[in-house]
Amino acid sequence: MVYVIVEHIKGQIEDITFEMLGKAKTMGSGVTAVLLGDGVDTLTGQLGAADAVLLCQDPNLANFNPEAFCKTLASILNGKNDDIIMVGNTSMGMEIGPGLSAALGMPLISYVTDLSDTSVTSALYGGKMSVQSGVSGGYIASVMAGSFSADDGNISGSPGVETVSAPDLSNTKVRFTRLIEPEGGDVDITQHDVLVSVGRGIQNEDNLEVVQELADKLSAALSCSRPIVDNKWLSKSRQVGKSGLKVKPKVYIAVGISGAPEHIEGMKDAECIIAINTDENAPIFDYAHYGTTEDLFDVVPAICERL
Amino acid sequence: MNIVVVIKQVPDLVEELELNDTGTDLDREWLKFKVNEFDDHALEAALLIKDAQGANVTVVALDNGLDIDKALYAAAAKGADRVVKVTGDFEGYVSSHAAAKALGAVIPSLGADLVLTGVQAVDDRDGQLAVLLAHQLGMAHVTVVTDINVSGSAATVHKEYGGGMIGEFNVQFPAVLGIQAAAETPRYVPVAKVRRAMKDTNIDEISADAAGVDAGTEVQKMYKPETGSGAEMLSGSAEDIASRIVEIIRGKGV
Ligand SMILES: Cc1cc2nc3c(=O)[nH]c(=O)nc-3n(C[C@H](O)[C@H](O)[C@H](O)COP(=O)(O)OP(=O)(O)OC[C@H]3O[C@@H](n4cnc5c(N)ncnc54)[C@H](O)[C@@H]3O)c2cc1C
Repeated sequence: MVYVIVEHIKGQIEDITFEMLGKAKTMGSGVTAVLLGDGVDTLTGQLGAADAVLLCQDPNLANFNPEAFCKTLASILNGKNDDIIMVGNTSMGMEIGPGLSAALGMPLISYVTDLSDTSVTSALYGGKMSVQSGVSGGYIASVMAGSFSADDGNISGSPGVETVSAPDLSNTKVRFTRLIEPEGGDVDITQHDVLVSVGRGIQNEDNLEVVQELADKLSAALSCSRPIVDNKWLSKSRQVGKSGLKVKPKVYIAVGISGAPEHIEGMKDAECIIAINTDENAPIFDYAHYGTTEDLFDVVPAICERL
Repeated sequence: MNIVVVIKQVPDLVEELELNDTGTDLDREWLKFKVNEFDDHALEAALLIKDAQGANVTVVALDNGLDIDKALYAAAAKGADRVVKVTGDFEGYVSSHAAAKALGAVIPSLGADLVLTGVQAVDDRDGQLAVLLAHQLGMAHVTVVTDINVSGSAATVHKEYGGGMIGEFNVQFPAVLGIQAAAETPRYVPVAKVRRAMKDTNIDEISADAAGVDAGTEVQKMYKPETGSGAEMLSGSAEDIASRIVEIIRGKGV
């Protein structure tokens, strides 16, 4: 049996869940979706890719809570050590995967991009290496978003629902207080045809002028990788990737971005990706349509001159 | 309050990565290592708490036989009060499960209210350390944390989800937090200050082992991925390349 942990937020099932369900279906040993929450029974109709749903509802599960979810899943999945458990390598999954591995004593493999009964592939070293791990028997796979097609697992239906009760969750040391929505930015990078996206290769805040000029000349928006936001050089609303926004522009020009899996997640569906990166082994070139290893400080001004 | 920060070194991805003879691991002989960037953020987050309200900050690392002393001296130079090297059989690659076991044996003696470590590392194939460590220590956990507000024996923390959405949690101590980003860019420490710290700081050594614990699965094969079709690499001078890029962009009708 393959157990897929359903991830949902604000009443919406996340794509990663459908991606995992689609893959699990092809593995041939039956699929059970595990759904935790409160008042979420209506979501089971979207889990048609699963043969069955284990549903656990409790007021303490109304919002994701690392402790309550780990405790509940450990109780529901106790004794399933010979099965495969799939969880997203997401913010929630990064609590659940290791939490279940520790609680159930099951092996855990992270950053998973493909899996079977005998081997599991992970993307490590910022996407610069693929690693195949041998497995026999049960294990937990923490699956990277975008590894499988969501369409294959997004099937409505009425799988058999088994209701299970939650353990006592009244005394958790972690308490959910609220969800904070992202602040709207000055631009909506998801709405632009052309994005000039800048990464750590730009070195410092002053150098942003170089890419801003290119963006201006192309009437494009300036977007970026995470470190640029962490350095407070650009606002969060311009971040592309796992913890930023998913974008699908016609043209995405990645300037000094290495192409870490968390960044790729947000932009790999762009129509045309052009990468400028001095490291010929940068993973961004595996996803780009066109690439150059010229120094960005030479090539970007040269592009501007020609526009 | 006592804050323990766990740091480790990871291969510097700026360097070319080579495989070992059996193709199951990196060839570690010539690799350049650096402190995991998220561990740097964890240390910064601890030092920000110390700056704001006072805290005793201890930085801990497994002794992997590399330049870990230098990393610990740098931490001391930045403001850590105590640096601890966990000695034992930790050369080469140490899995997250093994690291959690060894650190889980040492950290209780350091009296931690809060344990901070990086949200992930580029090589944690068997999962991220923070939550595994929390289980070893019997502590609460929240990971992917971007903001910590301590009050008394609890903290309000921000956990980042996709799309910039944030979950806010109240966490009672003792707890382990996996740090995604500190509220400030990790502080820079001049080399002269690190040198001074090398003279003035004593690295405490505590031994531990992770006997019988490993990743739970074995690497069969490590290889450079050939995802997608790969890019068409543009050649010529920067000017030629710039002209081609302009053509390509114009060709997309924008
Ligand atoms: C839970 C989690 C969520 C995350 N979410 C995101 C996210 O949403 N978005 C995101 O981007 N990251 C995210 N990250 C971070 C991610 O892991 C990487 O750290 C980040 O993407 C790296 O950004 P970068 O490519 O700009 O920097 P680096 O990886 O440092 O790459 C810089 C690149 O610039 C190149 N370069 C340097 N100088 C030049 C030059 N002169 N000319 C041309 N090229 C040059 C280098 O060769 C290098 O490849 C997340 C991480 C975690 C743990």
